[in-house]
Amino acid sequence: MLLAALPLVFALAGLGLYVVLAGADFGAGFWQLFAGRGPRAARIREHAHDSMAPVWEANHVWLIFVLTVFWTAYPTAVGSIASTLAAPLFIAAVGIILRGAAYALRSGTSEGRELRAIDTIFSISSILTPFALGAAVGGIASRRVPVGNAAGDFFSSWLNPTSILIGVVAVAASAYLAAVYLVADAARRGEAELERAFRARALGAGTLSGAIAIGGLAALHSDSHPLYHELVAGEALPALVVSILAGVATLALVYRRRFEAARYSAALAVACVVAGWALGQWPTILPGLTVREAAASHDTLVAVVVAVLAGAAILFPSLALLFRLTLTGRLHGAEAPAPDLASPRGEGVSNPALLGRVAVACLIVGFGLLNVAEAGWAHAVGVAGLFGFIVSAFLAIVPAALA
Amino acid sequence: MSALASALAPVHQQYLLEARQMQALSFAVHIPLVAFGISFPAMVLFVEWLSLRTGDPLYRTLARRWTRVMVALFAVGVITGTILSFEMGLLWPNFTATFGGVFGLGFAIEGFSFFMEAIFIGIYVYGWGRLSPRAHLLSGVPIVITGFTGSLTVISVNAWMNHPGGFHLRGGKVVDVNPLQALFANSYLWHELIHMYIAGYIVSGFLVAGAYAFARLRGRWGRYERTALAIPLTIAALASPVQVLVGDWAARDVATTQPVKLAAFEGVGQTRRGAPVHLLGWYTGGRVKYGIAIPHALSLLAFHNWSAKVQGLAAVPPNQRPPVNVVRVAFQTMVGIGTMLALLGVAYLVVRIRRRRLPESRWFYRAVVLAGPLSLVALIAGWVTTEVGRQPWVVYGVMRTTDAVTGAQGIPVGYATLAVTYLAVACGVIWVLRRLARAPLELLTDRQDT
Repeated sequence: MLLAALPLVFALAGLGLYVVLAGADFGAGFWQLFAGRGPRAARIREHAHDSMAPVWEANHVWLIFVLTVFWTAYPTAVGSIASTLAAPLFIAAVGIILRGAAYALRSGTSEGRELRAIDTIFSISSILTPFALGAAVGGIASRRVPVGNAAGDFFSSWLNPTSILIGVVAVAASAYLAAVYLVADAARRGEAELERAFRARALGAGTLSGAIAIGGLAALHSDSHPLYHELVAGEALPALVVSILAGVATLALVYRRRFEAARYSAALAVACVVAGWALGQWPTILPGLTVREAAASHDTLVAVVVAVLAGAAILFPSLALLFRLTLTGRLHGAEAPAPDLASPRGEGVSNPALLGRVAVACLIVGFGLLNVAEAGWAHAVGVAGLFGFIVSAFLAIVPAALA
Repeated sequence: MSALASALAPVHQQYLLEARQMQALSFAVHIPLVAFGISFPAMVLFVEWLSLRTGDPLYRTLARRWTRVMVALFAVGVITGTILSFEMGLLWPNFTATFGGVFGLGFAIEGFSFFMEAIFIGIYVYGWGRLSPRAHLLSGVPIVITGFTGSLTVISVNAWMNHPGGFHLRGGKVVDVNPLQALFANSYLWHELIHMYIAGYIVSGFLVAGAYAFARLRGRWGRYERTALAIPLTIAALASPVQVLVGDWAARDVATTQPVKLAAFEGVGQTRRGAPVHLLGWYTGGRVKYGIAIPHALSLLAFHNWSAKVQGLAAVPPNQRPPVNVVRVAFQTMVGIGTMLALLGVAYLVVRIRRRRLPESRWFYRAVVLAGPLSLVALIAGWVTTEVGRQPWVVYGVMRTTDAVTGAQGIPVGYATLAVTYLAVACGVIWVLRRLARAPLELLTDRQDT
């Protein structure tokens, strides 16, 4: 059972990280849309963009991680979910395309009108995507996705009270997270005006999203009673309590300008919502399909767990580096002038003639072993030979071309 | 093998063809960006390395300009790649439900590659002028490595679909799953991987060089343009003849493991000894008409034997054959363009080595301008060859594409929406690249890469 559940724990942890990291990224788009007009609004939009630009791609990849772990370890569930919830997932996908394209386009201009047009596309898709993803989650949480190829209803599986509630909560929580992170970034950079602006937003959005989430329990009471019951009286209650406490703590921290600590409590408040969903639904993924039944074969689960642990061993130090550089402001601000190298060496390599001969030898070996010989090992050596040819010939030829 | 009992009950999908086209569109948009993703960072790093080695500001300017192109294309590659992973479930839920446990691991590992790539792209792009020169150069190295490991794992899945293993069917059920064996002990993986990896260098090499060849034709030809042309062009010129050799290897592997696909490449109707290769022509009525036949060439190329037996399409029932002309035209397009690119590459190398200078003919530069888009066409044609050539199977010989498709409605709407969205994205990318190309040189060295 532990083995069957472990990939799910990884995927949920990944989902939690996606929600608290990429969620803020969506929320930044939300604030860009409601920044208003004029130079102050432009500064707000610029700040929202600059804070997220170095990290958005890495944040976004958590979604890919969740998807790939999920479809490897629980393939039947993924097939059922994706086919029934095709519409909201497709809407989220289109939103993701538009957001990424907006990032790419933004590098082509610094002109106000064009920037505003790009930011508007970015913002609308930043609201659409979390809403659609939340609505899809709502379909699963309210047990509207049966096992089977498109066995659930194409519309009501995601256009229902629970889905709409979770979609709205996703948008509100994103805006809240973004405001908390952005006020911390503004304070660190000593931008008093932006700090004031985002502090007010953080307080407002925090209060509002807490109110929506708690008020939403009423909607759950009638629309998906089992989930409601789990949240208020069952296994998920601790998560709900922690989420509320962390949310209140965040408001207090933001109010008292303890912004760095507020980052973490805000993230905890939102992550607990994901945990609450997971605990509330445990141990079934879909109606009639438990985690154990949905799990792939033993060898696959072992391979996934090993791959995730090994991957994490490389990933987390790299992520830590990225966040350390971002949070300490090393990737922002003024650049150093181009380095003035004291003792420049010449271009290229010392002996092009020798390299040329190596290249010819590599080419002959490569051709012989890849295209004449038949054995597998010969092909491997042949490929190495051909790569050797490309590299050595490149180094032999290119420097002289640069004169 | 016994008939497959898939995880979810197969359904009838009226719009199967549209679903396949939607998938093909998504690949066709993503693959050119992959080509850049696996090769362009290495070129940028090489130029940055030259700038550190020589202290010449020209290299620094060039590396920074290319960085901006790289990051814009990477962003679009991230999202188009995400769409592909959504479509695995949205369009082919039964494929994922039945075989996710077998092939999914490849994507899970790829996820980590992609993660590392995204992290270090962020550091590299925003680290210009902010990290120490050496640290900055080093931060680019993982991008090059993950470009390779990413293609390795994704292609391991495609190779598995073409040459499935690592599981058994018992009573129609998928059992004895060994994902590592399925993905990485597959002889089919290696030629696909190397063929695609080299294609990446050819495509980005010719496309980047083409931009500066165009500048030369317009009369802009300083040291900056010469350098920016020579580096990618030399890479593409070396890689394209090598690709001919790698392609020969790939075709021999296809001949032994996917004989029906090979028969579709060449339009071989009946099994025969000493089969010819036909250039051009059209497959109809079980043979190639209007083509130029080269006797015995197919037997010789595919099996290294003058009179080797080549299996014809008639060896399998009609419902197990791919659409021959689509596959054959795509194959001939790839091979034809590939051959011309190799010749162009050799011509460049001869001038470079014999005369110790760049070519001077305007016709050469016109050819380089054309070579960029043509290499892209060859890349897509190559993937059409292997993917349409796999039909009607999604998992070769095991699961039919018909049985993999979703039962959800709305495929035409989704297809149209995606097509319009991608058209807009393509226009946006062209707009951005033109903007970046037009920005004055000095300005760029001082501006941040945001």
